[in-house]
Amino acid sequence: MNNVSVADLLVLILACAAGTYLWRALGVAVAGRLDPDGELFSWMGCVALAMIAGLVARMLVEPVGVLATTSLLERLGATACALVMYFGLTRRNLLAGVVSGCVAIVLLQLLR
Amino acid sequence: MDATTTDYPTPRAALVAGARDALGAPIAVLAAGYVGYGALASGFDFPPLLIVASTLMIWALPGQLIMLEMHAVSAQLVLIVLAVSLSASRFLPMTTVLSGMMRHPRYSSWQMYAAAHLLAMTTWVAAVNRVPQLPAEQRLPYFVGFALLCWIACAVASAVGYFLAGQMSELVKLGLVFMNPIYFLLILTGETKAALGRLALAAGAITGPVAHALAPEWSLLAAGLVGGSAAYALHRWRRQRE
Repeated sequence: MNNVSVADLLVLILACAAGTYLWRALGVAVAGRLDPDGELFSWMGCVALAMIAGLVARMLVEPVGVLATTSLLERLGATACALVMYFGLTRRNLLAGVVSGCVAIVLLQLLR
Repeated sequence: MDATTTDYPTPRAALVAGARDALGAPIAVLAAGYVGYGALASGFDFPPLLIVASTLMIWALPGQLIMLEMHAVSAQLVLIVLAVSLSASRFLPMTTVLSGMMRHPRYSSWQMYAAAHLLAMTTWVAAVNRVPQLPAEQRLPYFVGFALLCWIACAVASAVGYFLAGQMSELVKLGLVFMNPIYFLLILTGETKAALGRLALAAGAITGPVAHALAPEWSLLAAGLVGGSAAYALHRWRRQRE
C-alpha cells in the first residue's frame, strides 16, 4: 500500500474506467442493431430488472458489511415501515418512504 | 412522479425537468452511497482529488469499491481491472434497453455514447419508468438532466465522505447503507406497471439470494439471466395460450 505514486493510481483508475465503459458502449452499439419493440429487447429488460430485484432481495435477506449486524426481523420491520409510508401514508413519496425505512432501522438498533 | 404522459415544451425544458426529478430521493440515495465510498477511500492511500476523479470516470459504485479493496491488498492491476469490468457487465442490458428507448434522429450517436457514461442503476430505474411517457425527442435530454445532476452530486459526496470519515458513527453508516435496498424496493414495486416487468422482479427476488448462496461472485449476473429469462418464458407461454 505504501510508495504508490499518484501516476500509478491514475493509471489504475483510468483502466477501471475503461473496463466499465466498455459495457456501456457495447450496450449502445447493440441497441442500434435491435428493434426497440422486439422480443430481444423485452428479454433484456427482464434480465436487467431481475438483476436489480435479485440484488435488493440479497441485501435484505443475507446482507454483507454493516447491514449484517442487524437481524432479519429488524430489516423486515424497517422495510415494512418504508412500504407503509410509501404506499399507505404518503401518495408514493419516495423520499418519505426511504427516510422512514432508514430511521426505523436505526431506531430498532437503539431499542435493542 | 405521476404516471400520466408528459410533454415538455422544449427538449431543454425536459432536461431541466429531469434534473428536478433527480433532486430528492434519487440523489439522496446515490450520494449516501458515495459518502460511504469517500469515507472508505480516506483509509487507503488515494488523495481526495483522485477519489473524486474515480467517481466521475468510473461512475459505478460496486466497481469502485472492488477497486479500492483489491488495491488495498496489493492485487495486480490486470486482476483488479478484470474484476471491476466483470462487475460492470450489468450495464450491457441496461444501456441496451435505455438507449433503444432514447434513440431519435435529432441526436447523434456520439451523444448516445456520452449519455451512456452517465448511466447507473439508480438513474436507469428512474429513467426506464419515466422515459417511455415522454415524446421521443425529449427522452435523451430528460435522462441527461437527471443523470448529470446525480453524477455531479456524487462527485461532491465522495469528497464530503472523504473528509467526514472520522466523524461518522456506525449507526449513521447503517442508515446510509440501508437507503439502497429500500429505495430500489420502493421505486421498483411502485413504478413497474407492466405485467412482464413485475414477473421479472418477482423472479429476480427469488433467484438473487439463491444465486448468492451458490456462487457469490456471479450472483448478480446469474440471478438476472436465470430470473429474467424464466419470467420472459413464462410470459410468452401465457400469451401463446390465450
